[in-house]
Amino acid sequence: MYDFTYHKAGSLEQAGKLFKNARDGAFLAGGQTLIATMKLRLASPSDVVDIGGIGDLQGISVAGGAVSIGAGVTHAEVAASKDVRGAIAALADLAGEIGDPHVRHRGTLGGSIANNDPAADYPAACLGLGATIETSAGSHGADDFFVDLFETALDEGEIITRVKFPVPKRAGYAKFPNPASRFALVGVFVAETTGDGARVAVTGAGPGVFRVREMEAALDKDFSPAALSGISVSADNLNSDLHADADYRAHLIGVMAQRAVAAAG
Amino acid sequence: MPTVSMTVNGKSVSGNVEGRTLLVEFLRRNLRLTGTHVGCDTSQCGACVVHLDGKAVKACTTLALQCEGGDVVTIEGLAANGELHPMQQAFRDNHALQCGFCTPGMVMAAVDLVNRNGKLDEATIRAELEGNLCRCTGYHNIVKAIAAGAKAMS
Repeated sequence: MYDFTYHKAGSLEQAGKLFKNARDGAFLAGGQTLIATMKLRLASPSDVVDIGGIGDLQGISVAGGAVSIGAGVTHAEVAASKDVRGAIAALADLAGEIGDPHVRHRGTLGGSIANNDPAADYPAACLGLGATIETSAGSHGADDFFVDLFETALDEGEIITRVKFPVPKRAGYAKFPNPASRFALVGVFVAETTGDGARVAVTGAGPGVFRVREMEAALDKDFSPAALSGISVSADNLNSDLHADADYRAHLIGVMAQRAVAAAG
Repeated sequence: MPTVSMTVNGKSVSGNVEGRTLLVEFLRRNLRLTGTHVGCDTSQCGACVVHLDGKAVKACTTLALQCEGGDVVTIEGLAANGELHPMQQAFRDNHALQCGFCTPGMVMAAVDLVNRNGKLDEATIRAELEGNLCRCTGYHNIVKAIAAGAKAMS
């Protein structure tokens, strides 16, 4: 890892200033991706601004039909939260399946979605539930937030502060993990929302998280695993690697989607 | 060079580090606490697991400066008054190690697991060991040891 200047930010305002003054800054939350990326020299920021100690990014609350989770909340905290489990059990389950227990003690919600790894779990929950991503500069709907491979709608220096997940009628997540990395080979989050019908979000299979409209239409008519049985997803543009080729991933989307619907109950 | 201060195994320590200095490097090089191992250095194997503010973390994927003011416990901090910690004793009694390289991380992960869960069934132990790799034992005796250690700790 190349050396850098480390800064600890006490507030969002200070973090913004430190980032602005840096030649090539990077925000550090839990560091479970950034530190590994810097070790591989895939990133070599001149300045690292640690936002892990900012109180505004903490806290979980359930109010007004939504679960609001601070961007700095760890996966372990979400997985163990009775409030999250009571409102959206699928979200607590998803957080509890990220990485391993030690990674979950450090990794954060905001860090995960800001990085937008194509095989990360949280983007599927954000897109599947139609979450709102609040930032230091405003807010983004999940449909517009995840732009492409490792690319989001965030501007330079914009910091995610909270994510609001609308509480659905029911939701489920099913993940086929890569046994080595525990990232999703394919993960599917399904939800029957209160205002927007059924939503189906797929991670791990393509260059970024995406919705499957044909499955959503079928679930709008009948929210059951059987409703998805005739639907096949095209392998065009899906990922192909030594773990799984595109055809296999396309097949897995159907299998995981049905399991997610079954898990939603 | 920045200075970092933290509590390690109950003692206040400080040292000069670079921005990029990892917690595991600070423990091993600055403090000479070499019980915490570096296996993969890529956050997979768990040989570097220590407790930071009461939670198991991978010290190879944590910067020393992120731990400013923190409370760190390493494998050297478990035994008290010349007596092994119950989890260490359980690993010894159940032959839960062969080469021993993964053992410090395994024991620290196991203590954290008991602290979080209390009662443990075998499936939980196996699932929770996802972040710790052992290439010798085949895990059976580690799982047995953690079950025994959990009992001894309660």
